[in-house]
Amino acid sequence: MAEGKVDPVHQFTIEPLFGTDHWSIAGYNVAFTNSALWMAITAVVLIVFVAGGAKRAVVPGRWQMAVEGFTGFVDNLLQSNIGAAGRKYLPYIFSLFMFILFANLLGLLPLALVGLHPFTATSHFTVTGVLAVMSFAIVLAVGFAKHGLHFFSLFVPHGTPLPMIPIIFPIELISFMVRPFSLGLRLFVAMMAGHVLLEVLSGFVISGTNAGALTFGIAALPSFLLMIGICALELLVAGIQAYVFALLTCVYLNDAENLH
Amino acid sequence: MDAQSAKLLGAGLAAIGAGLASLGVGNVFAKFLEGALRNPGAADGQQGRLFIGFAAAELLGLLSFVVAMILIFVA
Repeated sequence: MAEGKVDPVHQFTIEPLFGTDHWSIAGYNVAFTNSALWMAITAVVLIVFVAGGAKRAVVPGRWQMAVEGFTGFVDNLLQSNIGAAGRKYLPYIFSLFMFILFANLLGLLPLALVGLHPFTATSHFTVTGVLAVMSFAIVLAVGFAKHGLHFFSLFVPHGTPLPMIPIIFPIELISFMVRPFSLGLRLFVAMMAGHVLLEVLSGFVISGTNAGALTFGIAALPSFLLMIGICALELLVAGIQAYVFALLTCVYLNDAENLH
Repeated sequence: MDAQSAKLLGAGLAAIGAGLASLGVGNVFAKFLEGALRNPGAADGQQGRLFIGFAAAELLGLLSFVVAMILIFVA
């Protein structure tokens, strides 16, 4: 790598903040990393946000309205996708949606201006994969608890002609089994791609500015203007990806709750 | 051609997949807007399906990004 070139994937490095390699449980290092720190910050911000708004005032203030807006939004999502039986999943889907949303948004904060390095916890497949596996495990648990072995009828859509069943069944089974993978991958790649793009553009701005007035005009300035637009797009993507994750979890839960 | 340049070429070719997925995502929103303008009353109720279609189309583009990342950093 050339001298002074911006490394776009360095921002995803996981490094232990305190604790050393000796902190291990069953061979796995459990040192407190920057990823863990930012997930803890996300959880604290989320708890403060919700606790500050849970006031039960008859005439809600701004903060309470914000929290009620989010809970109402998630409740509406569950009602329209699962129906009345979806109400019991509200705590899980709300936590999932808000955690992903806050983790995405906190990773975009321009804290580097004051020397801190924001870290997007959701830009790692280990984090999003665990969230996806959690959703998938709940789908499996609900499906088997509610329908027993009849849950396998999910893989044979209602009204399939008999000769088609040997073909349909493997296709449906594969499309079902790939769900946790695609769910986690979508969030992780969308966040990672956005941050890499911003880092590459900021590399253009820095090296273009350093190389003189001409490259500043033709490379650095347009890149900087593009960066502003991409930042706005990233805020949108942060919201959309959190919404899509919650929405797809609802759709999968609907399969488990109501079969086809 | 040595292996390293072949990997980088493959990663560049994977970017075609991202471009094609952008056509798919654009198509999802274009068709939704077309339908929504014909029947605005039904549009709000279909936003969930809009985002499911968006997520499915986007995932395939993101997979090409993963292929590029694997070629550059893993393979």
